[in-house]
Amino acid sequence: MNIETKLGYNVFKIDKERHITINTDICNTKCTDKTCLYICPALLYKLDDEGDTIVDWEGCLECGTCLLACEPGAIEWNYPRGEYGVQYRTS
Amino acid sequence: MEKVDCIVVGGGLAGLSAAYGLASEGLEVIVIERGDYSGAKNVTGGRLYISPIRDMFPELWEEAPFERPVTREFITIMGDAATTTLEYTSQNVAAQPYQAYTLVRATFDQWLSEKVMEKGGMVITKQRVDELLKDELDKVIGIRAGEDEIGADMVIVAEGCLKLVSERAGLCERPTFVDQAVGYKEVIELAPEVIESRWHLNPGEGAAQLFMGEVTKGMLGGGFLYTNKNSVALGIVLGMKAARERKDKVEIYRLLDDFKENAAIKPLFEGGELLEYSAHVISEAGPAGIPPLYGDGYLVTGDSAGLALNSLYTVRGMDFAIASGYFAAKAVAEAKAQGDINAAGPAYDRMMRDSWVIKDLEVAENIPHFIENDRVFSHYPNAISRVMDGLFVLGAGPQKKIFDKVYSGAKKEFMNLATVKDALGARKI
Repeated sequence: MNIETKLGYNVFKIDKERHITINTDICNTKCTDKTCLYICPALLYKLDDEGDTIVDWEGCLECGTCLLACEPGAIEWNYPRGEYGVQYRTS
Repeated sequence: MEKVDCIVVGGGLAGLSAAYGLASEGLEVIVIERGDYSGAKNVTGGRLYISPIRDMFPELWEEAPFERPVTREFITIMGDAATTTLEYTSQNVAAQPYQAYTLVRATFDQWLSEKVMEKGGMVITKQRVDELLKDELDKVIGIRAGEDEIGADMVIVAEGCLKLVSERAGLCERPTFVDQAVGYKEVIELAPEVIESRWHLNPGEGAAQLFMGEVTKGMLGGGFLYTNKNSVALGIVLGMKAARERKDKVEIYRLLDDFKENAAIKPLFEGGELLEYSAHVISEAGPAGIPPLYGDGYLVTGDSAGLALNSLYTVRGMDFAIASGYFAAKAVAEAKAQGDINAAGPAYDRMMRDSWVIKDLEVAENIPHFIENDRVFSHYPNAISRVMDGLFVLGAGPQKKIFDKVYSGAKKEFMNLATVKDALGARKI
């Protein structure tokens, strides 16, 4: 099952306000590993055509892995506002 | 600013337990939870060991919405070819009073939040706490959630392991990836009788299964499986440092797909339907990850206090969370009764250290170092698998004696300088 289909089984209440912001300057200058591309269990991080890191924050599982594993400062990460984000039912 | 006796940041097990204790003592308590309901943001393996906390809130456990008592344990060693499982049950775990139960957080936490409200506590959901408020002397005096500010004599921090609010308030540093892991799992629906037949269970009983080796491709971590009433949680916990150091940069979600496709696992989930996919960071720091448990105006509980323990075959956290909430409530209620709220912090710290909570974490203090050793997750599972293959694979030609098969395999795999060193290291765990 591909990861997008898998995420489709979850309930997400999507906010118009993003809760993850990427500081691509740090990604492009300090980060050599691009950890986010493989360590996010929802595979939300990708590179765009220019090679900048982008994130599909709508499918975020709010696990916090990227916040801890990525280059310090590269990601500004908060929980979604109350009422938004993933709402687990059976976990 | 409105003011109450106590504000609890986060409506998970630590926060709700604290609130239940406080409300039971007649204190005014407000829990603020960002999910649509308690449990909406929580991920567990998971099982709750009830025996350590049975005497805390004894009235609750009789009616708690557990999934299944864990009466059977499976430990599975996965090599690249062979899979070997040790199956255990005992009259000491498969009888009342059961020592551990599987549970689903959305169900369990919502139930506990109802219990808090029955006692007169308030649980406000769909509200994210943005900030801890401090006075000019750096004492925590309340919280801000959006536009709303509420004051409290004591703030109980129960915001989980990421500690975003605490970090912002300067209460702690951000955890580093070095001693953190990520857990991720699928919950797969299966009929109760199918679960019981596949895991050898009597009706209503449950199983837990842990996996090591190939499941994480030899990286620090392992697989886990817990049976609920109508579903089974199957997941992986993976050390972040190990995942980062791996050269092939495998996308970690793929490990779970490979795990499910493993020949030893696949038949267990035949006909199962995916219900949910979830993930969360979990601390592997052991007692080194415990911050100061209190400061001026606040107490720290549950995962925010680093109360997570992976001792290889038992994984604990929820019992610590409930116990920390219990002690936090007790300390605050006693301090209030004495008319000196500032006594709550030291009293809470003392209760936690005098009890099994901090002691159980400290007993396991060498485990994080022990499991940093790659051989634990790659060499040994593969070695055990080769010995088992040596026993069971009947090749062409004349057979060796059983002793020779086992001894020559075991000697080659387990008797060298590295493994002797590991055995010496294992005496510390």
